[in-house]
Amino acid sequence: MQDNEEYIIEFKNISKTYSEGVDALDDISFSIKKGEFVFIVGPSGSGKSTLIKLLLKEIEPTSGTIKVSGKDSSKIKRRNIPKYRRNIGVVFQDFRLLGDRSVFENVALAQRVIGAPKWRIEKNVASVLSMVGLTEKLMTNPNELSGGEQQRVALARALVNRPGILLADEPTGNLDPKNAWSIMELLDEVNKLGTTVIVVTHNPEVVDMMQKRVIAVNAGKLTHDESKGGYAYERY
Amino acid sequence: MKGINVLLYSLKQGIKNIRQNGLFTLASVGTISACLFLFGIFYFIVSNFQYMVKNAETSVGVTVFFDEGISDETIQAIGDNIRNREEVIEVKFVSAEEAWENFKKDVFSDEENEISETFGADNPLKDSASYEVYLNDVSRQGSLIKYIKKLDGVREVKGSAEAARGLGNINRLVGYVSAAIIIILLAVSVFLINTTVSMGIVVRKEEIGIMKLVGATDSFIRLPFVIEGVVIGIIGAVIPLIVLRFMYSGIISFIADKFAVLSDILVFLDAGKVFGILIPVSIAVGVGIGFAGSLWTMRKHLRV
Repeated sequence: MQDNEEYIIEFKNISKTYSEGVDALDDISFSIKKGEFVFIVGPSGSGKSTLIKLLLKEIEPTSGTIKVSGKDSSKIKRRNIPKYRRNIGVVFQDFRLLGDRSVFENVALAQRVIGAPKWRIEKNVASVLSMVGLTEKLMTNPNELSGGEQQRVALARALVNRPGILLADEPTGNLDPKNAWSIMELLDEVNKLGTTVIVVTHNPEVVDMMQKRVIAVNAGKLTHDESKGGYAYERY
Repeated sequence: MKGINVLLYSLKQGIKNIRQNGLFTLASVGTISACLFLFGIFYFIVSNFQYMVKNAETSVGVTVFFDEGISDETIQAIGDNIRNREEVIEVKFVSAEEAWENFKKDVFSDEENEISETFGADNPLKDSASYEVYLNDVSRQGSLIKYIKKLDGVREVKGSAEAARGLGNINRLVGYVSAAIIIILLAVSVFLINTTVSMGIVVRKEEIGIMKLVGATDSFIRLPFVIEGVVIGIIGAVIPLIVLRFMYSGIISFIADKFAVLSDILVFLDAGKVFGILIPVSIAVGVGIGFAGSLWTMRKHLRV
């Protein structure tokens, strides 16, 4: 019991079969400790996206139990899902920024949904933008930024509510190696501040360079879980 | 405080949606305006017609004749009994002399002097003193006549049953037709709001997705759309009200000029009375269709 409490995420015997009969995950179990940095790797169609959707409670598992911060996620009522998601910051490959508003407004959106007052929004957005190195781009439209800068804005938005977990889905997928590396450095920095970071990626270089825990999935099965591993999931 | 911040943000977003959604907003406002304009015109017709019918109804009376040689006290008692009925608005005593004077005026207006010479001081209608009774609801004429006939000292009661029934029926028919047309117009408006908000949802699918990811509640996502619908409803109600207000006096004087012959029947309601009801009703209907239309769309398209 004592051991379980330090796990922020626990997947126990998780299987997921979609309504069309596609088996996406087959009896997967793993646990992630609070403050860990974990890569989830695997080829397309391996079940990585299903893992993310399950964690965000966009879908429910066919069988098995998912616990987040010790709580069984199946017991979370629909109306409490938004609150649950506020503890998970998400970053996507395609940034998902709103092109009709400024960098400030994009980041502030995450604060506005929790009803934060104006003064706190201004303070927190300024602080998180300074952390990702975009203080000077506060009023810029995201479309005028480079890919790397856009991903930093997305990262700032994911972090502004200070979530316990940061989930990055292919965060370097649209970036050149230099920008990719700088994003990984930022994620590492965020992790060092105590946030649990989960990165789903196809980028072998960053996985090999970072030397963090690697969970490999293939054809819906967990094929490898190594504490300081490299990419090369094909090996497992 | 949290609620106010969310409300202010939603209000801003709702108004922004309206601007961004320009053409659809314009189409919705236009159609709601058209519907409420028709509603207003219809209300003019219905309320004024009912007012005219009511006027006509009150001029449709019941005449009560008394037994021969009846005492003044009994006539007084009959009058009191009739006055105590709630459907009665006025009881007018017409003495035998007045009845004879009226008869002379109505029937022999050209030969009044001749008649006076023929009858002299005699009154051929000396037993024709009567009460003229006016009702506030013409449909209750039958029951009132039955009641009066049972009173002591009453010889005869004359009503105008056909006229009463006719007016009552027309009134009811206008009521049903107006209700049906108003329901159809409201349904069309709700459908249009639904289309506009649906378009808004499609256009902002990405934004809604992001909001869900950062932990926005259902109500936070829905509120700007509901505000958008309600604001469209209010604008759609205010525009026709302004137009109708300017039109009303013009229409009345136009009809009064064109149909001067019917000036006794064509008695119009005062603008203050018409708009005293039309303004709150139109705004409530505008807000209602805006709210109902957007909420219905949310439930249909936006499982958040």
